[in-house]
Amino acid sequence: MFAYVVRRVLATIPVMAIVALFVFSLLYIAPGDPAAVIAGDQATPEDVERIRQSLGLDRPYLVRFGSWVFDILRGDLGVSIFTNLPVLTMIQQRVEPTLSLMVVTLILAITIAVPMGVVAAWKVGTWVDNFVMSFAVLSFSVPVFVVGYLLAYIFALELDWLPVQGYTSISQGVGPWLENLILPAIALGSVYIALIARITRASMLEVLQQDYIRTARAKGAGQRSILFLHALKNAAVPIVTVIGIGVALLIGGAVVTESVFAIPGLGRLTVDAILRRDYPVIQGVVLLFSFVYVLVNLVIDLLYTLFDPRIRY
Amino acid sequence: MDRRSFLRAGAGVAAIGASGGVAAPALSQGANARTLRFVPQANLANFDPIWGTQYVVRNASAMVWDTLYGVDDKLDPKPQMVEGETVSPDGLTWTFKLRSGLKFHDGEPVLAKDVVASITRWMPRDPMGQMLRAIQKELVAVDDTTFRWVLGRPYPKLKYALGKTNTPICFIMPERIATKFDPFTQITEYVGSGPMRFVQGEWVPGASAVFAKFDQYVPRQEAANWLSGGKRILVDRVEWKVMPDPATAAAALQNGEVDWWENPISDLIPLMRRNRNIAVDIADPLGNIGSFRMNHLHAPFNSKKVRQAVLAAMSQEDYMRAIVGNDDALWKPLPGFFTPGTPGYTEAGGDILKGPRNLDLAKRLLAEGGYSGQPVICVVAQDQPITKAQGDITADLLKRMGMNVDFIATDWGTTGQRRAMKNPPDQGGWSMFHTWHAGADCVNPAAYNALRANGQTAWFGWPDSPAVEAGVNEWFAAPDAPAEKAAMDKINAAAMDDVVYAPTGFFLGYTAWRRNVSGIAKGPLPFFWGVSKS
Repeated sequence: MFAYVVRRVLATIPVMAIVALFVFSLLYIAPGDPAAVIAGDQATPEDVERIRQSLGLDRPYLVRFGSWVFDILRGDLGVSIFTNLPVLTMIQQRVEPTLSLMVVTLILAITIAVPMGVVAAWKVGTWVDNFVMSFAVLSFSVPVFVVGYLLAYIFALELDWLPVQGYTSISQGVGPWLENLILPAIALGSVYIALIARITRASMLEVLQQDYIRTARAKGAGQRSILFLHALKNAAVPIVTVIGIGVALLIGGAVVTESVFAIPGLGRLTVDAILRRDYPVIQGVVLLFSFVYVLVNLVIDLLYTLFDPRIRY
Repeated sequence: MDRRSFLRAGAGVAAIGASGGVAAPALSQGANARTLRFVPQANLANFDPIWGTQYVVRNASAMVWDTLYGVDDKLDPKPQMVEGETVSPDGLTWTFKLRSGLKFHDGEPVLAKDVVASITRWMPRDPMGQMLRAIQKELVAVDDTTFRWVLGRPYPKLKYALGKTNTPICFIMPERIATKFDPFTQITEYVGSGPMRFVQGEWVPGASAVFAKFDQYVPRQEAANWLSGGKRILVDRVEWKVMPDPATAAAALQNGEVDWWENPISDLIPLMRRNRNIAVDIADPLGNIGSFRMNHLHAPFNSKKVRQAVLAAMSQEDYMRAIVGNDDALWKPLPGFFTPGTPGYTEAGGDILKGPRNLDLAKRLLAEGGYSGQPVICVVAQDQPITKAQGDITADLLKRMGMNVDFIATDWGTTGQRRAMKNPPDQGGWSMFHTWHAGADCVNPAAYNALRANGQTAWFGWPDSPAVEAGVNEWFAAPDAPAEKAAMDKINAAAMDDVVYAPTGFFLGYTAWRRNVSGIAKGPLPFFWGVSKS
C-alpha cells in the first residue's frame, strides 16, 4: 500500500508537467492582450507596445516558458500582471472561501444525497422513489445561478434569514461563516446532490438484488441494518467514485456560485484572470486545481480499499 | 429568455417583495454607520493611476492622491494643492506655490520636488502631458514649496491639464516612488496626500478594497465641487465591494448590505425605484458617447464615401435603445463628436446624422466609394453589454446596406489585441470594432484621443484628416472661449466629413444608493468627499 501511494504521488509529477505545458501553450496561442487591457481605452498603440515590453510579453515562447518553469521549480508562481502581487499571495487570499464552500457543499451533499438514494432504492417504484428521482432531474436541469438567485430571493430578501452575498472568515466565528455559506452551498450542491442520489439509488438497487441481502433478510436482520450496514457498504465504490469525479463539477460550479454570491474565492479569481489575460494567475490557479484533482482521485482510490477489502494495491 | 428578462426575473424579482419598503436590514447593518460600503463599476485590479488608466483606478486614486488643480462642474480648473501661480507676460514661465499643511500618508510633507517627479512620471502617459513635454524647457523645484515650469511656447491649457478628470490624472506622489518606477512600470507603494489612505493590507483584488480617512488631511476652505474645493471626508472608512453580477449588487443594495452602487444597469432601475429605501439618479451628466470605429487603412473603409454611407444609413435611436432600453431619459441623438450640454458642444457638419435614415443614399455612396463585396470584419466584444448591443445593430445595418459582414464575436481582451493590428482585414486585421467614450473625455479635444486624426499615430482605425488636426491645434492655441468654440466647430465638421469614427449616440447611466446616505454628487467619477451616512 505504501509503495502504491508513493508511486501515485510520484506519478503526479509528469501529470502536472503535462498540465503546465498545456496551460502555458494554450494561453500563449490564445488571442487577447493583457497590455491592451492595462493600457485602457485611451491608450495609443505605442503605449500598449511599451507596456507589452515592460511585462516581457514580447519575449519568445521558449524563453517565457523556460522562465516560468524555472520559477515554479523554485516555488514561485510568478507575479500577477495586473495587481503586481505574487500569484501565491493572491491564491492564499482566495483559497479559504473556496475551500470552505467546497467542504460545506460536500458535507451537505453527501448528508442529503446518500440517504435520499438509499431510501429511493428501498422504496423503489413508490411515490418516495418518484419524488427523489424527480428532485434529481430538477436539480440536474436547473442551472446553478438560477438556484442561487431563487435562494437569495427567498431566504435573504423575503425572509431575511441569511445575507445575499459575501464571505466571512471562519476566524470570525463559525456562525457568521456558515451564514454566508449556506445559500451558496445549497446552490452549488444541488447538481451534486442529484448526481450522488441517482448513483446511490442505482448502486443500491443492484446490491439489494444480491443473494447475501436475501440471506440477511432470511436471518431476520432489521431493515436499517440491511440498508446501511450490508448494502450501502457494498454499494459504496461507485458512490465514492462519483463523489470524486464530482469534485471537478464543484470546481466548475464554484466559478458561477462565487460570482452570484460575490464570494471572493478562487473561481472568481480565475474568471477575472481569464477575462484580463492575467497569464501568471491563470497558470497558477489551473495548476492548483489540477493538483487538487489528482490528489482527490488518489484519496478516492485509497478509499476503495476501505469499502471493498478485495481491492488491493 | 434574453439577458434583460433574465436579470429581471433573477434578481430583480427581489425588489417586488421589497417594493413596499419592507426591505429588512441585513445582519450587519447599523454595525458601523461610519463605514460606507460601495459597489464600484469594476474590479480594482491594480492601483497605479499612471500605469493603469482604467476609470476604476482613477476613481479610487482620487481618494488617495491629490492634484495640483481640480476641475469643477464647469470644467474650470481651480487650485487644489497649489496656493496659486504666477505666469510671465510671455506665457512661457509658470511659477507655482504649494499651499501649506500638505502631508503624505506616511507623515512626510509634500514638497516641490515630489511635484516635479510626479509631473515627470505623468507626462509620457497623458496626451496633454506629451504636448507639454514636447515644449518643456525646464521643470524644477525652486524651494520646498515652489516649482517652476518653463515652456518653449505658450500653453494656455496648462492648468486644465493638471486638473482634468480624464485619465491619467496628474496625481502627486512622493518623489521616491515617482522616480523609482517609470510610467510603464507599476508602483508597489500606495502613498498619497489625498483625503483618504489606501489600506493595502485589506486589499483583495477582485473582491474588496478599503480606504480609511486620513486625519492629517487639510481640506481647502471652499466647498467641494468635483475635483476642486474642500475634500471633507465624513465617514471613517470606505469599503469597495466588487460585485461582478448586477443582480447580486441589486439584491445587496435592497438588503442594506451595501450603501451605494455606482452603476446599476438600466434594466434593474424600475425595480430599484420601487424600493423606498433606495434613491436613484443620473450618475454623470456628461454621460457617454457610443462609437464604432472603422479601419481607415484598408478597404472598404479606406474610402471616405463608404464611411459616409454608414453614417447616412445608421439610426442612432436603434443603437441607443439597444444599449439603454426604453428609458428615453437616458439617451439623445448626437450629430457630432463632443459631449452635449457642455460649452464646446457643436453640431457643425452633423447633418448627415439628422433626419430620416436614407438607405438609398447609403447604397449610392457605397457604389461611388467602389465597394465591391469585400468582407467587413466586424469585431464585437460579447462580454461588454454596450459593445455587444452596438455590434448587433451594426451587423444588421451593414447587411441591409448590402455589405458582406463577417461578424467576429469575441471578448474585450481579444478585441483590445486585434484592434491594434494594422494588417489587412483578411490577414488578421479588422474592419470595425465598437466601443464607447466617457463624455468627460469628449468635452473638448484636450484628452480626446479617439477624435485625433493624425494618421499612423492616431487612435485605432488610424484616421488621417489634416483638417481635424488643424482644428485641434487651433483649439490648443485658443486664447479664450469663443476661439475654442470656433475651433471645435471646425473639428466637428471636418471629423464628420472624414468620418473619423461613427458616433452612435449619447447615453447616460444611473447610480443608486440607500437613502440613509447623503451628499452624493453627480459627476464623471464618484466623489466620496461630502458623502455621509446616518
